Amino acid sequence: MSIESTEAVVQKPDQKKPQRRQLSDRAIVNLFIWPALILLIAMNVFPLFYSLYLGFTDYSAITRQQPQWVAFENFSKILNDELLWKYFATTGRFALLSVGLQTIVGFSLAMLVNHKFKGSGLLTTLILIPMMISPVVVGLFWKLMYNPTFGFFNLLIGYTKFLFLAFFAASLFAAYFLIKRYISKKKIYLLITGILFGVLGVVGFLAYFSDYSLFGFLSGFFNPSTAPDMLASRFAGTPVPGMALWAVVIVDVWMWSPFVMLLVLSGLKAIPDYLYEAAAIDRASSWFQFWRITLPQVAPLLLIAILFRTIEAFKAFDLVMGMTGGGPGDQTELISVNLYRQAFLGQWRTGRASALAYIILIIIIAVSNLYIRYLNQMKGED
Amino acid sequence: MSNFREDGPGYPVTEATRVDKVSPESRILGKMRALIVAIIAIVMLIPVFVMIMTSFKARSDIVSVPPTVVFKPSLEGFVFLFTERAVVAKARQADFKAAAETGELNIIERVAFEAGQEVTGPSDYVTRLKNSLIIAGLSTIFSVSLGLFAAYAFSRFDVLGKDDLLFFILSTRMLPAVVVTIPLFLMFRQLNLNDTHIGMVLLYTVFNLSLATWLLKGFIDEIPIEYEEAALVDGYSRWQTFHKIVLPQAVTGIAATTVFCLIFAWNEYAFALMLTSENARTAPPSIATMLGRGGIEWSAIAAGSLGFLIPVVIVVFALRNYLLRGVTFGAVRK
Repeated sequence: MSIESTEAVVQKPDQKKPQRRQLSDRAIVNLFIWPALILLIAMNVFPLFYSLYLGFTDYSAITRQQPQWVAFENFSKILNDELLWKYFATTGRFALLSVGLQTIVGFSLAMLVNHKFKGSGLLTTLILIPMMISPVVVGLFWKLMYNPTFGFFNLLIGYTKFLFLAFFAASLFAAYFLIKRYISKKKIYLLITGILFGVLGVVGFLAYFSDYSLFGFLSGFFNPSTAPDMLASRFAGTPVPGMALWAVVIVDVWMWSPFVMLLVLSGLKAIPDYLYEAAAIDRASSWFQFWRITLPQVAPLLLIAILFRTIEAFKAFDLVMGMTGGGPGDQTELISVNLYRQAFLGQWRTGRASALAYIILIIIIAVSNLYIRYLNQMKGED
Repeated sequence: MSNFREDGPGYPVTEATRVDKVSPESRILGKMRALIVAIIAIVMLIPVFVMIMTSFKARSDIVSVPPTVVFKPSLEGFVFLFTERAVVAKARQADFKAAAETGELNIIERVAFEAGQEVTGPSDYVTRLKNSLIIAGLSTIFSVSLGLFAAYAFSRFDVLGKDDLLFFILSTRMLPAVVVTIPLFLMFRQLNLNDTHIGMVLLYTVFNLSLATWLLKGFIDEIPIEYEEAALVDGYSRWQTFHKIVLPQAVTGIAATTVFCLIFAWNEYAFALMLTSENARTAPPSIATMLGRGGIEWSAIAAGSLGFLIPVVIVVFALRNYLLRGVTFGAVRK
């Protein structure tokens, strides 16, 4: 059903042209598509099928033995391995957290920089820098950042105290602004958000002057001397499970939010102004404009960004390898890190690794099929 | 209010109802927005600042607690990056000291000697960087141009089994690199492509092709088809409409895609680690292996990463206007 809907949008501009042009169109299609397809088939289909074959054998890349056919043994071993299920769960959690946060951060960033101001182009380009660094270098480097004694991360977290002061000022400003607007427009939601911001401002004020005693659970975190060791998943000497995964998520979000931002931004810029003008003439609120114009128009590009990020999250390897190597224990042992361990480090179980890779591939294909189906549906509705 | 005529509009046109929305309030909002963006940009760049700082720190400054922001700059990182060194033998230390005092040592040798080492030759960093440049540059050009043709055909024509083909193109990106490498290694060995530039260019081209096709199809879909229809009515051939109408319109998309492909090929680690050794090895695996040699030389790693980052940043800055400008420039409204 999705096929018809996408093709209905693409009109054939030259249906009444003579036969000769029709033929040349087909020639052009072939000429345009086949070079790409031939390359893909040569470099991807062969490895794909070869590793499928290896998945059914007990092949090991360091022995000289020919692969022995073992049928479904690899698959049944993998599916009965509880540890692997745990790694799958870790990977799922990682993908959900990092892609979710990237979407939120990237989308907000795009909304922020979409309006032109002096130097907006330069700032946007600067925000893009994190994703230009090699993931393995990023991993190595954040290892230095996270170092509990001479790293910068905890030092900076210690300074967040001042953020509360800034938060206090900004919230009060926003409250003043909104309440002033309420007086002129008499809209109740303006008053409510104004009061909310006022309360937030007071909380920020108290947090600053009470030295975090308001937030007892945070006080250790914000004190540089008892600050956590993120990568060892320890906080003031006691292990805190999950912290190392969060450390990886933070870095992944830092690195790839700009990617989402850039795609969303190009979607935002493509929205024709007249939609907003029409909405403004109809006196639609900006909230309404966001939900009915901005979001639906950006959705296709946003979904593509999410799709690529999800696939990459399932394959995340360089970053985790450079930063934690799966540790501490197996807290950040993502499935692709485990795959590398099975395929190369010490074990060299090429056959089983190939089988595992196919299971991962099936999961990724299932997830992306869902996305693509949704994408096509959305395009059909427009 | 009094200056409104009885038969005029039902209510005064206030700033709040104006479509162009230029009010003092929104001007303040705009300034606040700029400020917030600036703060976010600075926060996001902190790790990069730290990287730059670390590359100019001496070893003692890097491990100081708490970390220092003000320090005496040292060229240690860059010297370590570009040279191979050995520990100075005890017997020769006096000679070196004398030479340092009389100024016979050049600056590189002096910095190395201050860390207790002597220079034995240049490192392979420059070669690695050159390999990265060749492989990433060529593969980006190939994948963007092949992807552009494919994306145009997918976007504008009925192709048999279009959705399946598109999905197939995408699925080539889904297999974890670790596993693709094993069959690729065997295949490359048969074709004598292991550890060659051609092999790596081919590999990265194919791996970027899926991203390029998908992204470019998205961008070309956004270009109104009316332009091409008008051109075809005016007697342009398909090829002419493609390169005279579609290409100029798709420049933004092409630039964005180029940047993504370049970043991927430039930074790729897993394939390079497993499929190259000496001749065609790129920079990322060689930076990562710096970890192994006698304690972590953070300053050399930072300097290497910095030198490795600069070319990409230059390209992105050169293309940034294309990158950030809108796709249709608001010219034609569907």
